Amino acid sequence: MKWDVVIGLEIHVQLATKSKIFSGSATQFGAAPNTQVDEVDMALPGTLPVINRGAIEMATKFGLAIGAEIGRESVFERKNYFYADLPKGYQTTQLDKPIVGAGVVTVTLEDGSERHIRIHHAHLEEDAGKSIHTEIPGKTAIDLNRAGTPLIEIVTEPDISSAEEAVAFLRKIHSLITYIGISDGDMSQGSMRCDANVSVKPAGQEELGTRAEIKNINSFRFVEKAIKVETQRQIELIEDGGTVVQETRLYDSEKNETRSMRSKEVANDYRYFPCPDLLPIHIDDSFIEALRESLPELPDDKAKRFVSDYQIPIYDAQLIASDRLLSEYYEIVVEGCKSAKLAANWVMGELSAALNRDSITIEESRISAAQLAQLIQRINDGTLSSKIAKQVFESCWNDQLAPDEIIERDGLKQNSDSGALELMIDEVIANSGAQLANYAKAAADKRPKMLGYFVGQIMKASKGQANPKMVNELLIAKLNAVIEE
Amino acid sequence: MSITNESVQHVAELAMLSLDQPAIDRATDKLNQVLWMIDKLQAVDTENVEPLAHPLDATQVLRADEVTKTNNREALLSNAPEAQDGQFVVPRVVE
Amino acid sequence: MTLHTQSVTQLSQLLSQGSVSSTELTEHFLQRIESLDSQINSFITVNREGALEQAKLADTQRASGSAGPLTGVPIAHKDIFCTNGLRTTCASRMLENFIPPYESTVTTNIAAAGMVNLGKTNMDEFAMGSSNETSFFGASRNPWNTDHIPGGSSGGSAAAVAAALAPIATGTDTGGSIRQPAAHTGLTGIKPTYGSVSRWGMIAFASSLDQAGPMAKSAEDAALLLETMVSHDAKDSTSVAHPNGAFSSSLNSAVTGVRIGVPESFFSADLDAEVGDAIQQAISQLQKLGAVIVPVSLEMNQHALSAYYVIAPSEASANLSRFDGVRFGHRCGDPKDLKDLYSRSRTEGFGAEVQTRILVGTYALSTGYYDAYYRKAQKLRRLIKEDFEQAFKQVDMILAPTTPSTACKIGDKFGDPAKMYLEDIYTLAVNLAGLPAMSLPCGIANGLPIGMQLIGKAFGEAGILQMGHQYQQHSDWHTQRAPLALQEVSA
Repeated sequence: MKWDVVIGLEIHVQLATKSKIFSGSATQFGAAPNTQVDEVDMALPGTLPVINRGAIEMATKFGLAIGAEIGRESVFERKNYFYADLPKGYQTTQLDKPIVGAGVVTVTLEDGSERHIRIHHAHLEEDAGKSIHTEIPGKTAIDLNRAGTPLIEIVTEPDISSAEEAVAFLRKIHSLITYIGISDGDMSQGSMRCDANVSVKPAGQEELGTRAEIKNINSFRFVEKAIKVETQRQIELIEDGGTVVQETRLYDSEKNETRSMRSKEVANDYRYFPCPDLLPIHIDDSFIEALRESLPELPDDKAKRFVSDYQIPIYDAQLIASDRLLSEYYEIVVEGCKSAKLAANWVMGELSAALNRDSITIEESRISAAQLAQLIQRINDGTLSSKIAKQVFESCWNDQLAPDEIIERDGLKQNSDSGALELMIDEVIANSGAQLANYAKAAADKRPKMLGYFVGQIMKASKGQANPKMVNELLIAKLNAVIEE
Repeated sequence: MSITNESVQHVAELAMLSLDQPAIDRATDKLNQVLWMIDKLQAVDTENVEPLAHPLDATQVLRADEVTKTNNREALLSNAPEAQDGQFVVPRVVE
Repeated sequence: MTLHTQSVTQLSQLLSQGSVSSTELTEHFLQRIESLDSQINSFITVNREGALEQAKLADTQRASGSAGPLTGVPIAHKDIFCTNGLRTTCASRMLENFIPPYESTVTTNIAAAGMVNLGKTNMDEFAMGSSNETSFFGASRNPWNTDHIPGGSSGGSAAAVAAALAPIATGTDTGGSIRQPAAHTGLTGIKPTYGSVSRWGMIAFASSLDQAGPMAKSAEDAALLLETMVSHDAKDSTSVAHPNGAFSSSLNSAVTGVRIGVPESFFSADLDAEVGDAIQQAISQLQKLGAVIVPVSLEMNQHALSAYYVIAPSEASANLSRFDGVRFGHRCGDPKDLKDLYSRSRTEGFGAEVQTRILVGTYALSTGYYDAYYRKAQKLRRLIKEDFEQAFKQVDMILAPTTPSTACKIGDKFGDPAKMYLEDIYTLAVNLAGLPAMSLPCGIANGLPIGMQLIGKAFGEAGILQMGHQYQQHSDWHTQRAPLALQEVSA
């Protein structure tokens, strides 16, 4: 039987404000427990929230980036439930009047096809603190440093139909939020967290199946794996005659399975109502226009520009444009070497591989954009062969020197002196009687394939510095001359 | 509307109050008295009336995004019933 | 000279003349508290050491010429205002040992004016009550007759001022909690326009209704303290800049031609005859002063009780969720798990009335009832506000009774919502509409004071204070003293 998979995502993004959404406490990651907490975050009696303008601006920017309607009147509500790391006994969040209304995000899959994923809305809310279960035996310790960090929760329509699409969507969101600078998007630090609502239904059926919500998945890879394994679980369950229950599940990355969070299955009734400590926020045109003007060129627009200005393939353009810093790096390389295609190949090839290998970001790259441009220039002007250029790249990376310095230091300048080359070729031909005889006997169309041996010997003799193009030309001329004699 | 013992029990659980049976009975009684008084509001025609959450027509003032508070952990934890290593402590929560 | 029966204005003069020092004045009131308060239980915490230190500082300021009019004048604060380093209980077992590491804006402003904090006064637990009987620290008593309630929730502040244990006090008013106890103890108390006084550091009962205000011996004193209390506070999102905050400056202007609306529906069968008579006499007095009496209709007021007892408990149910035994406040012994910790801490920490209101509020917000109760009440709230707006097209202020009757005996209404909640039928609508209103004494029946209420337009405090002051210039109800106030204490 064929199955359709239906996925909706809820993505929590921590906003990169300096202070919390309702207090003046700092929001830095990794501080000692409860040192970034004040009486408001701790919900001491009589304390009151005041909204951080930065959070409103960042949420609005996100709305503009996805072309969504901005809520002109935005209202905070209280969502009531008790939890150890929820100090007030309610979360201040939005329900009926969120700051960001409906929008659309377009993602491109690896096969080049596009999907339009509708955003239902995005709302502002406060993060909870952290419960630590491992430190004190038999007890749970509460750290409220994270409590009150501003979040936007992005809620999609159930428009996603595979784990791969879900990841592509997440990457797109990640790209957008880092582009517009509203979050560092660091999933390992919880700056971006994902809940996935997953259901399956027989292929083509209108009616949706019962969904399970997988909570708090904290990496792109785990999102893909969690959705795949949950989809499989549901299909197998139904095929074995069972039924899916609506519940919250947790993804266990070690066992690669989802499991029910029964302990949290209390019949919740959140009793939302407008927070009486906060007034409605009114957002006017001038506020929106100022933010619109502050937005950088967004990844989709940039990719289009790369295709038209640099004539690079759309896939390459999108890949580079998806990362703001990488694309900025790329443009400096292009500017320096005037060779956009080669620059794209190097950025996506050697550079990306080196960054991945060392697990560092583009900001920490051990070769600067100007240096990479210089390297590409040396290929273009014939100083370096592509092969030697890769070697120079590695040396630049390891020794933190500019390409020209490496070329100079290691004497890697390509040998284009035809006199010296001719001497070398003559010597190789003289020492290769058997190969020469075979070459002479062969039909003209077989001969090019037989050149490899001679080229190899010449390169060896030149320690790899011979200009391959010149070697080829000179070698053929010399061989033909010898044979005709 | 009148409220049953079961509803009171449910509401008490939502509100994290642990009431024994006599307390539930007393609360049910009292709640019914209160509901009897407030149920008069059902008689008023409020169609097309917008709910009013705040007495004043004011707009939220926004705060500049600045860190104005520094670490004050010692003072803030001074009222904690149980604390250790700068953290609040509760019985083990199973997730 | 009996210092304790003097008004704040008079004490301010004595201090500036050097006839008395703040230290002497403070010591005088502290001794009265220590000798007499056992009869009325108006204080939860007496701030002897802190008060004497503040008095000493005030005397230095007086000497150096850097004093304001209130510098060195003692005051008592309702125990709902957080005071840095001084226990703040909200009259609840939940906060029996709570010492805030921060200060409310109200007490900050008052301290900045140089006033001396004598201590924290008794109240209904979390301000939920109209008799002061729900206090974990025991009921406070009425200094006019200690068998009777002083009213509530600001009952301790009312009793303390009425017994001359403090010259003036702060209170808070969510549905009448300043005005009703002021009426029951012969004081002048004003609840200002919502947003005028910052709620920062004032423990919340119902956030959209709560306002702090003065409880004083006269409109003149109330105006002076209110000027100090009002401030636009960046720490309270619902705080606004008062457009007309110089309350004292217009007190002496004549009230000729001022139009006072009298809502007929407030003078119905619910109102005791002696209260009604006293108010009629006050109306005649005001007419003699040149005020014009105009009948107005406030039909929506009959629904104020219903709307209030949905909205206030709903907001309270969420406001009181932070009292969970985790970070501060009462924690039960030996909790077996988190849920046990929550529910036992809360059940032990909250008294019966608080629990009832939490249950009502939780119910009104729960699935299936939200529209029928909470949303419906918010709609009524708009109708009530619009009702006032209509009336204020015809008049400058509205005059009404504060309470249906004089203070009842302790225990008479306690635990019976049907009776107790009616105490506030004339005061609740004002909070729902966010308007300023003042109660001032206008008679005495069977040895207990009667109060009347002046309700102003939004930010119209100056007008009602002026009317109150002019009335008090031509009447002496506000100078009548409870027997306890006249009792001397030997040093």
